[in-house]
Amino acid sequence: MPELLHRKLERTAIGFVLAIIVAASVGGIVEIAPLFTIDETVENADDMRLYTPLELAGRNIYIREGCYACHSQMIRTLRDDVERYGPFSLAVESRYDHPMLWGSKRTGPDLARVGGKYSDFWHVAHLTNPRDVVPESNMPAYPWLARTPLRLDDLGSHLRTQRSVGVPYTDEMIDNAARDAFGQAVPDSQQASGVTERYGEETQVSAFDGVTTRVTEMDALVAYLQVLGRLTKAAYRNTAAPEQPPNPND
Amino acid sequence: MGQLTTRERELAAAILVALAVVGIAMAAAGRADPLGVHGAIVLLYSMVLLFLIMSTSFGPAPDPSRVSRYYDDPIKVGVAFTLFWAIFGMFFGVWAAAQLAWPSLNFDTAWASFGRIRPAHTTGVIFGFGGNALISTSFHVVQRTSRARLPDQLSPWFVLFGYNLFCILAVTGYFIGVTQSKEYAEAEWYADLWLVIVWVTYFVLYIRTLARRREPHIYVANWYYMAFILVVAILHIINNLTIPVSLGHAKSYTIWAGVQDSMVQWWYGHNAVAFFLTAGFLAMLYYYLPKRAERPIFSYRLSILSFWGITFFYMWAGSHHLHYTALPHWVQNLGMTFSVMLLVPSWASAGNALLTLNGAWHKVRDDATLRFIMMAAFFYGLSTFEGSFLAVRPVNSLSHYTDWTVGHVHAGALGWVALITYGSLYTLVPAIWKRERMYSAALVEVHFWLAFAGTVIYVFAMWNSGIIQGLMWRTYTEEGTLSYSFVDSLLAMYPYYIARAFGGLLFLIGAVVATYNIWMTVRGVPVAGGERHDDIPLAGPLPEGAATRPAE
Repeated sequence: MPELLHRKLERTAIGFVLAIIVAASVGGIVEIAPLFTIDETVENADDMRLYTPLELAGRNIYIREGCYACHSQMIRTLRDDVERYGPFSLAVESRYDHPMLWGSKRTGPDLARVGGKYSDFWHVAHLTNPRDVVPESNMPAYPWLARTPLRLDDLGSHLRTQRSVGVPYTDEMIDNAARDAFGQAVPDSQQASGVTERYGEETQVSAFDGVTTRVTEMDALVAYLQVLGRLTKAAYRNTAAPEQPPNPND
Repeated sequence: MGQLTTRERELAAAILVALAVVGIAMAAAGRADPLGVHGAIVLLYSMVLLFLIMSTSFGPAPDPSRVSRYYDDPIKVGVAFTLFWAIFGMFFGVWAAAQLAWPSLNFDTAWASFGRIRPAHTTGVIFGFGGNALISTSFHVVQRTSRARLPDQLSPWFVLFGYNLFCILAVTGYFIGVTQSKEYAEAEWYADLWLVIVWVTYFVLYIRTLARRREPHIYVANWYYMAFILVVAILHIINNLTIPVSLGHAKSYTIWAGVQDSMVQWWYGHNAVAFFLTAGFLAMLYYYLPKRAERPIFSYRLSILSFWGITFFYMWAGSHHLHYTALPHWVQNLGMTFSVMLLVPSWASAGNALLTLNGAWHKVRDDATLRFIMMAAFFYGLSTFEGSFLAVRPVNSLSHYTDWTVGHVHAGALGWVALITYGSLYTLVPAIWKRERMYSAALVEVHFWLAFAGTVIYVFAMWNSGIIQGLMWRTYTEEGTLSYSFVDSLLAMYPYYIARAFGGLLFLIGAVVATYNIWMTVRGVPVAGGERHDDIPLAGPLPEGAATRPAE
């Protein structure tokens, strides 16, 4: 009987098309739609900060250079992951990440909590030529970042677009985006104080690449790397124990 | 293009002029942005095609007898695109692999750094090579199994050239730093929008051809091509919902964030594997395998089972890419469960293919083309088993983030997708160019062994490196501290990275051999004697009740 049914279905192209759409839709609907009941999927974190314009620009450089192809930003709930990289990642930590950069491959180490782990100077030296600081490394060198000025004039539109997809940037943040990006990389400038006023005292204001006369892509990328894992402390307050991986030595 | 009617030529010219205007607008709006470069590329592409159209538009009207033959010209160009993208994509693959072993091979240039050429490799092979192979073979298979000519002469060209424009925009974009960072969906919003237009045309063309069929039943291969076209459209649209920074910016921000984005991305990513790299290529298997072996498919019921199993189960499996992450646990478990169940329809397909060869194994021994197809079915069975295995949570805790995943993907991509494609091409090329045979059977044999050796070396290298890496990351000392630093595990990888690059190089050389062989077949092999009377569309009314068996 089922074979007869199918013989009928095979005779109509449109019927077949509809059957495919129905069969293929179920899985996605069941798995994806409930994730938008956000309270159950994403934890609360009252201290959650937003990326500053400079950090967002750095994030876009991270995306542009394809860093996500070799570095994950997702510490799993496994003992060895946690002991190597820090408390396991919570959903709230990437709540404002459009797109998320969890990654799928660790040719290099996880970066979810790399912020604050190394100095700005280390990052600049490492990005300029990784083998100067880690001789065994196979990471590409990015010497041009320190030579390339960061485009500041359109940062306001970037923030506005982020707001339209759900990141709560204020009008004031959008209006001051270019000033704030400059101020964050030039600590002695008069623009510097506005950055911490708008984005919180925890924001790192620093001459990231060591040069304060201009803002480069190196400034932006290092600012982004230094904020990774530091937008909220929620993961450090989380007391759930990591799962034990099956340990071959046991 | 000589078969285009006058009206179709006018329409083609109008479309190309409109496209050129879009290119100019993009170039103007994106002066200060990489978008401007893409505007120039769109303009150039449409001008070149416009020139080609104009240079034929004063030619004679097409021969009215054309409608009594199949329309194969777009397939011929599609085969050329396929071969070009194969070499392009595999070359970048070998280069990227070599950079992991010798990082200075990017010569400190931005465009050639690993993070930019890696998506050029994946897009080049998946969408360039795979996509063009799917489009070309689908035009061939749908006409033959429906015994009907494509409904018009313009839309196949639009699909083919439109699709390749998408591929060009995607790949050139990575070099100049345009990417969404979503794996296997890196192309930015304007390229994505363009692909939607192309894809809708493709779907309409396919359905129109099926509607003209002179066979009562739709053959199995067409089920898979339809599933491929439809589901890829759904996946592409939902995963690529973004808002551009402005109409003058290439950059856009996806509407999805964080955990939801991860689920949408891997629902897309895994089903790009399912419906692009599996369903479409199973369609090739279901047509070219019985053709080449001259045996009917072993079991019709197994075909039905595996088709609906794959269509239904695969869509649940994406979350196995996110085991132990911040994705809710129940979604991870659902993904794992369905991934394991997927083994049933997958092995039903692979088994159906191998059992079809019963009684024809001597042909597998003698005919390297059929051996390509047989080995593809074998690797399909192998990598689907591996896929289900890696989706099991405890296994995944070891394999995830390591080279094992890369090895798994390449067992599928090289062993299954590329082998079935070349097996199909070696069958397709003599058929549409009406040649007696391929230029050199010996070169097909050489290609087979290069491809097979390359795949095996690659996969074994990555299995070794992946498992070693995974074990080193989780090994503890007696005192309960981690035994190895990350750099220790990286150092252990170098020998395997060199072996992998070598395996990839063998595969690339095989692709070059194939291209040469196909080129010489088209250039130098005599046309098959006598018209093949069975290779024409059916004319006249559909014989009532006839041909309950699928065509050919």
